[in-house]
Amino acid sequence: MSRVLMRGNEAIAEAAIRAGLKCYFSYPITPQGELVEYMARELPKRGGVFLQAESEVAAINMVYGAAAAGVRTMTSSSSPGNSLKQEGISYLAGARLPAVIVNVMRGGPGLGNIAPAQGDYFQATKGGGHGDYRLIVLAPSTVPEAAQLVMLAFDLSDRYRVPAMILTDGMLGQMMEPVELPPPVDEATIPEKPWALTGAKGRPPNVVRSFELEPRKLKEMNLVLQETYREIEENEVRWEEVETEDAEILLVAHGTVGRIVKTVVRQARKEGIKAGLLRPISLWPFPYGPLRRLAERVPTVLTVELSAGQMWEDVRLAVEGRAKTPFFGELGGVVPTPREILSEVKKHVPA
Amino acid sequence: MLKGLVVIDRERCKGCGLCIESCPFGVLGFSGEYNSSGYNVATMVQPEKCTGCAICAQGCPDVAIEVYRLQPQGAKEAA
Amino acid sequence: MSQLSTQIPEGYVKVFSRPRSLSDAKYTYCPGCHHGIIGRLIAEAIDELGIQERAVGVAPVGCAVFLFRFYNVDFVQAAHGRACAVATGLKRASPNLIVFTYQGDGDLAAIGTAETVHAANRGENFTVIFVNNQIYGMTGGEMAPTTLPGQRTVTCPEGRDVKLTGHPLKVSEMLAQLDGPVYITRQAVYDARHIQMAKKAILKAFRNQAEGKGFSLVEIVADCPTNFQMSPVEANRWVVEKALQYFPLGDLKVKED
Repeated sequence: MSRVLMRGNEAIAEAAIRAGLKCYFSYPITPQGELVEYMARELPKRGGVFLQAESEVAAINMVYGAAAAGVRTMTSSSSPGNSLKQEGISYLAGARLPAVIVNVMRGGPGLGNIAPAQGDYFQATKGGGHGDYRLIVLAPSTVPEAAQLVMLAFDLSDRYRVPAMILTDGMLGQMMEPVELPPPVDEATIPEKPWALTGAKGRPPNVVRSFELEPRKLKEMNLVLQETYREIEENEVRWEEVETEDAEILLVAHGTVGRIVKTVVRQARKEGIKAGLLRPISLWPFPYGPLRRLAERVPTVLTVELSAGQMWEDVRLAVEGRAKTPFFGELGGVVPTPREILSEVKKHVPA
Repeated sequence: MLKGLVVIDRERCKGCGLCIESCPFGVLGFSGEYNSSGYNVATMVQPEKCTGCAICAQGCPDVAIEVYRLQPQGAKEAA
Repeated sequence: MSQLSTQIPEGYVKVFSRPRSLSDAKYTYCPGCHHGIIGRLIAEAIDELGIQERAVGVAPVGCAVFLFRFYNVDFVQAAHGRACAVATGLKRASPNLIVFTYQGDGDLAAIGTAETVHAANRGENFTVIFVNNQIYGMTGGEMAPTTLPGQRTVTCPEGRDVKLTGHPLKVSEMLAQLDGPVYITRQAVYDARHIQMAKKAILKAFRNQAEGKGFSLVEIVADCPTNFQMSPVEANRWVVEKALQYFPLGDLKVKED
């Protein structure tokens, strides 16, 4: 397969299979239905297990079991379903199990709607479930990038033993684009998992758990997690910059909004406004450093997102008063047009 | 010679008394001795009555009992 | 125990000792608790079937939360109620493993009802050991889905009122109605004869899995002396006189091929 036209949901599924996915568990929900359907059709043919679970709660716990067995495993859902998975995600994080979780976000809170939204940013990047943990969170802005990031998510998750999330939205899930799919990974290159449950043959029993009653020991387990998170913050920050060299206003946007803002930057430049874009690709670890460096010289940093200002909090943490930090957001599944964003930009630059 | 013999792991025994209750021959009783967890440990009070039937061990919740049986000459040890 | 064995005079042979799959760790259960017996029967079954090197246990939340300490086999700790989903993932990922869950009534029959029913209905090829002691032990003696009518617990201090909180949930009867499971049985461990019967049931449930037959569940009607506020001997008697009236013993489903 070389260059093919694929929907975002399908590209995510195909990339996961090429990453060596062995077990996929999920519960149907819009707008990620095509992902489940693709898996149901393709994964069994290619030696993997597809199982439609009775709920998202069951699906994430099946992922937990398969991850404990040492195979590459994944689940996908959309916002309400992802909320149900938070318990299991906390257990995955606590037990240091690698897994990939896809959240194709939709409007919320509650049942909300099925239109694109970015209101699960806090849930994805700040923990979501109980306890002190993080997920590696990657936010693609195009279908080809989604495919790349899925493969990266499996690698990072295995390397650090931290669950990884692909955070995207219904727009990208449904969008069709030509994709150059990466070749399937050589499974011999997937790291060994000596901690996996393969039967206690010729070794002491392995135990996969997040449970530790003794506070000092649980503290030690937590410190291992925290050290891992510091290492990830050191090595795995990813972002894209567009026209930032001479920018007088810097826009910050992630995922599909980042893509819309690219158009805005081009149009602004045509009109003589020196706009630039910083698009975080890893939402956790968030690109605090790169953004802070830009905020040293750009007077205005405008955050644009499909939420009431969730990523905006991280932007302000990064900028720490070095620049003005206005916000432009949309809610409820409403997606702003480039023109609307551009007129917002104009409010913040001298005429 | 005794027909049967039970060995109770003092530190595992929690003094629940189920073995004492279950023994059909009244072999077992409380020793009045307490282990490091403070439990009154069971012991053989009438060892001569033990047949080695292992009913006590079957019902010991803490798997604290080993049972031995006097073997006629020439018989092999059970696995 | 080996140091004790050295005191044994000549001519005696060992006829009962700890199974090899049981570790040296002391149980964390209360005195007289049936969990310990059931745990030993599982270890004996693992030994007798020679599956220690491919067995994986799924530990629950509840009094058996430390289950992983008690065996010389691989273990995973599941979230409360999710053991059957975790076991599904494990077994589907590695069909050669012998996977078993060990769950109490709160875990399996309240918070984990959906996971249990659907795993059973799919006929997942693993083994479930379900300990029904009619109460929540670890959290301090609250009402369970299996608490008997009129039985006092800290959350039904006047006794379970079926008009307010329903009747004891008969999990095995429910699951036996499904086409998925191959073996559903209810056993008890209050005396040596029933312990032997429970052992046979557990062996069969593991053997079914080893032969690829599908979902087996062994329910064991057990006691909880501490939270029944009874002596171990009284609690044992409670099982016979009270609990078995509501939860009669025997096979509820045996699908022969």
